[in-house]
Amino acid sequence: MPSATITEDLEILNAGGGPPANRGIDGGDSRGDSGSFYARERRMYLTGVSVALAGILMFFMALASSYIVRKGTGTDWQPIEMPGILWVNTAVLVASSITVEVARRKLAFAGGVSAFRNWWAITTALGVLFLGGQIVAWRVLADQGLFLATNPSSSFFYVLTASHGAHLLVGVLALLYVAVRTGQAAWRRRAIAAEGIAIYWHFLDGLWVFLLLLLNFGR
Amino acid sequence: MGSKKGNTGSAATATTLALFLVALTVFTVYIFVAKPIWSWFPPAINEIGHEIDRQFMRTLVITGVVFVLAQFGLAWVVFRYRTRGQRATYSHGNNVMEVIWTLATAILFIGLGIYAQRAWAEVRLKPAPPDAMRIEVIGQQFKWSFRLPGPDGKFGKYKFEAHPEQEFTRDPWVVDADDPDGKDDVILGPGSVFAVVVDQPVELLIRSKDVTHSFFVRELRLKQDAVPGMTVPLQFTATVPGEYQVVCAELCGQGHHLMGTFMKVLSREDYAAWLKDMTAE
Amino acid sequence: MTTHAGAVHAHEAPQGFIRKYIFSLDHKVIGKQYISLALFSAFVGMFLSLLMRMRLAWPTMKLPFFPDGILPEQYLAMVTMHGTIMVFMVLTTAPQSGFGNYFLPIQIGAADMAFPVLNMLSFWTTLLSLVVLMAAFFVSGGAPLGGWTVYTPLSAIGQIAGPGQGLGMTLWVIAIAIFCGASLMGAINFIATTLDLRSRGMSLMRLPLTVWAWFITAVISLLAFGVLLAAGILLLLDRTAGTSFFIPGNLVLTDKVIPHKGGSPILWQHLFWFFGHPEVYIAILPGMGLASHVLSTFSRKPVFGYRAMVFAMSSIAFLGFIVWGHHMFVSGMSPYVGLAFSVLTMSIGVPSAIKTFNWLGTLWGGDIKFTTPMLFALGFVSLFVSGGLSGLFLAQTSIDQYLHDTYFVVAHFHLIMGVAAIFGIFTGVYFWFPKMFGRMMSDTMGKLHFWLTFVGVYAIFMPMHFIGLAGHPRRYADGSGAAYLASMDPVHVFMSVAAFVTIAAQFIFLFNFLWSIWKGKKADINPWQATTLEWGVPSPPPHDNFAGHEPPVHRGAYEFAVPGVADDYIMQTTPPEKVAKA
Repeated sequence: MPSATITEDLEILNAGGGPPANRGIDGGDSRGDSGSFYARERRMYLTGVSVALAGILMFFMALASSYIVRKGTGTDWQPIEMPGILWVNTAVLVASSITVEVARRKLAFAGGVSAFRNWWAITTALGVLFLGGQIVAWRVLADQGLFLATNPSSSFFYVLTASHGAHLLVGVLALLYVAVRTGQAAWRRRAIAAEGIAIYWHFLDGLWVFLLLLLNFGR
Repeated sequence: MGSKKGNTGSAATATTLALFLVALTVFTVYIFVAKPIWSWFPPAINEIGHEIDRQFMRTLVITGVVFVLAQFGLAWVVFRYRTRGQRATYSHGNNVMEVIWTLATAILFIGLGIYAQRAWAEVRLKPAPPDAMRIEVIGQQFKWSFRLPGPDGKFGKYKFEAHPEQEFTRDPWVVDADDPDGKDDVILGPGSVFAVVVDQPVELLIRSKDVTHSFFVRELRLKQDAVPGMTVPLQFTATVPGEYQVVCAELCGQGHHLMGTFMKVLSREDYAAWLKDMTAE
Repeated sequence: MTTHAGAVHAHEAPQGFIRKYIFSLDHKVIGKQYISLALFSAFVGMFLSLLMRMRLAWPTMKLPFFPDGILPEQYLAMVTMHGTIMVFMVLTTAPQSGFGNYFLPIQIGAADMAFPVLNMLSFWTTLLSLVVLMAAFFVSGGAPLGGWTVYTPLSAIGQIAGPGQGLGMTLWVIAIAIFCGASLMGAINFIATTLDLRSRGMSLMRLPLTVWAWFITAVISLLAFGVLLAAGILLLLDRTAGTSFFIPGNLVLTDKVIPHKGGSPILWQHLFWFFGHPEVYIAILPGMGLASHVLSTFSRKPVFGYRAMVFAMSSIAFLGFIVWGHHMFVSGMSPYVGLAFSVLTMSIGVPSAIKTFNWLGTLWGGDIKFTTPMLFALGFVSLFVSGGLSGLFLAQTSIDQYLHDTYFVVAHFHLIMGVAAIFGIFTGVYFWFPKMFGRMMSDTMGKLHFWLTFVGVYAIFMPMHFIGLAGHPRRYADGSGAAYLASMDPVHVFMSVAAFVTIAAQFIFLFNFLWSIWKGKKADINPWQATTLEWGVPSPPPHDNFAGHEPPVHRGAYEFAVPGVADDYIMQTTPPEKVAKA
């Protein structure tokens, strides 16, 4: 078994390199077949993603608490007007959450891979569109003379949107990675990757809605 | 290890360890009882200080008993159950004992914690009495300064307080010339000593000009951070005349360890004389 | 293990030096890499403490590289870097990332961690963080002087606040932000591995307590480090981008007005301690797990109250997240909030007491073998009691008004999270060395190391409590600022001498460690007659641990002295029919 690249090595490790030996002892084993390996691998990846989300959530909760505390204690807080394009961006992101879910579900059917690829590509495009829209929102603020250090409210606006944007950019890269690898017919973990990324994507979608509500109604 | 040579040296090791634990415990308790000067706080000079001392002693007795029992217990089991070729007792625990010691420690520790709040409430939750002498304490790298409100009992506003919108390029910690309250303020500049009247309630208003400092007088048993951007009150009534060391207890830079001054506790007459001296300059 | 016949290697050993030892995906190599990183950092941190003790005992003494003696700002830079290096690079990495990486997969019967690439990445990120942190020593102005808690605004306004507060401080923040990322990656891996890669029969209640400790620690890391990362980013922006999250208005330093306004210094303290208090448990929990494990193994007796131990560790983790305000009683925080934090903090003494009682219960009625790891585990219990009880004073608002920021605090946390945690690490090294390197460490040198260290640390830190009671503030370069500190000078000299002896003893350990790797007596597969899975694989374990098998687990981790059985231990993997009757 060659292990030329890290990814392959990882796959061999996680998928099991062949029929597992030593399965018969202790009175039979219910998960000796390769299907159970797949199930275990799926569980492992989904655990990893969910656990990561808890850590990311704590990061954003720390920023959100700081927002509330800083607004409450300082006397220099000046609310900023939310650029209108944020609502368009929000619609784009919510739509992408729907398309990624559609894409993921296509994989459940035999021969659904090409439909998956299309919906997946749409999601990726919407993700890029959202990021572009966020940059436009920054430009709108900058044109009003509102920069990172102008006022605590603008500081938090840039910090929160940039932090969310950075996480979303990671999501877009993951989407692209899957899009590229989907061409490889033998890729066993496509469905797991799609499911994990979809969870991450929904989370970022929900997180954005929360941040927008905080920035809009908490200003 | 191995079962064949498992016993060698175990008696000597067990005895040494047990004796060390006993010696450590006895020596520690001895210092708490003997209280050499480097190991104990000076007498308190306020009622709250005495209450804090009493709470300290209550805690010391409880933790002391636990400390002695736990270390002696460890010494005992180590010595008693050292390997002598016996077979250990097979036991996975005892739920009744778990419940007993959980409840016992919970009641003891949390009860102690609630009891401690009396002194805290006395200093921190009650407003200062209206006749309290108010003194502003300002920390800066690496000196303390003070301000007294003068006969009118009111502090004048600093420039930045009088004009919050203005951007300052020079030190705005100067009493605003237009504020009538500030005309009679007595300013004791950086490095000054300050004084309070014996048996008179005092309210300190603690502030900082640059970084976080902390006002600490051992004999008052009180400490309060001087936080930039905030004014934090601290009240006490000193009952013993004397001169007491003030130190900085929050790391504030390379001169942190030198940031000290004195608090004088004076009789009313001595205080009047001291104040006259201060304002004469 | 039953048979190796017909086993297919699921995880082929990589060829070539680089893949095998440098950019390795093998959890065992990564574990050793972490341990090496921690060992290096520990000696750097210890060297800094040596210099600090020199300054405190003999403030004006001239030293090589310090022609005018150690200056106060250099002393404070040492304070900061000693704390940072020890807390992050030693206490967080060695017990969790080091031993956890090496032994968690083996103890649960897995071939590797869940995500080997992530694992490798987290080590290299940690190393990067260490390099950036160390760079602070060499930049203009030197290392920061604000202490490891880097309170704002001292840490936020730049060079004007003092030497080292310029570039050195910026590097510090960047290093810690990188470290947060590394720890988060590690935490994800530990949690997924423990939940999903357990072997057949390895139910949660059969896990060794070491695994429980690593798992719970990973959960704490996951929830705590994200908060520190957020705080670090905000601090970095305050320093470099002109924002005012933590810097209030109208600050004046050297007659210069700082152009910030409205920020809250206390906000930094809240964010920092929300991380900082759980961090204490990140340092100590793995030690607790290992102490339980080793006390049971060498008293040849099951852990007393296994479930109570799991419960206690979980409640410590939970309570650890709601007590951070006890670091801030005199910070200017609302006194009502302080009251609530105080009572919550007292309640954290309860699970700690449960653990102590259960350790004594484990030893009670045992057949105690005094091996070197056992001595360190017993030392851990003694230190945990001594260091823990002083916490009951500090947790009380009224008493803390006096004791806060005195040497009493320094003595308290050094005993419990410094020395006790280090004793946990030593327990791990002496206990697992035969498995990791296939050779035994010298018992004679080990015991000498134990005695000198155990007596030494008590000689350093017990007197330190007393000068704290006498009101000696911490982080003082010398006692020249207050007359009453003069009476404590002889105590400083005593502690410094004790520190030199203790530090010298660590070279015995270093020699023993390095010497035994090559020259130690060959170790059997199970030299301690222990029960857990790592003792059923060769020493050192092969690349894929169980040679493609998934070892079935038949019982809990601590079956010692089972009545009616010939040996005084039964391994977790021994099938019931193979257990020899007495």
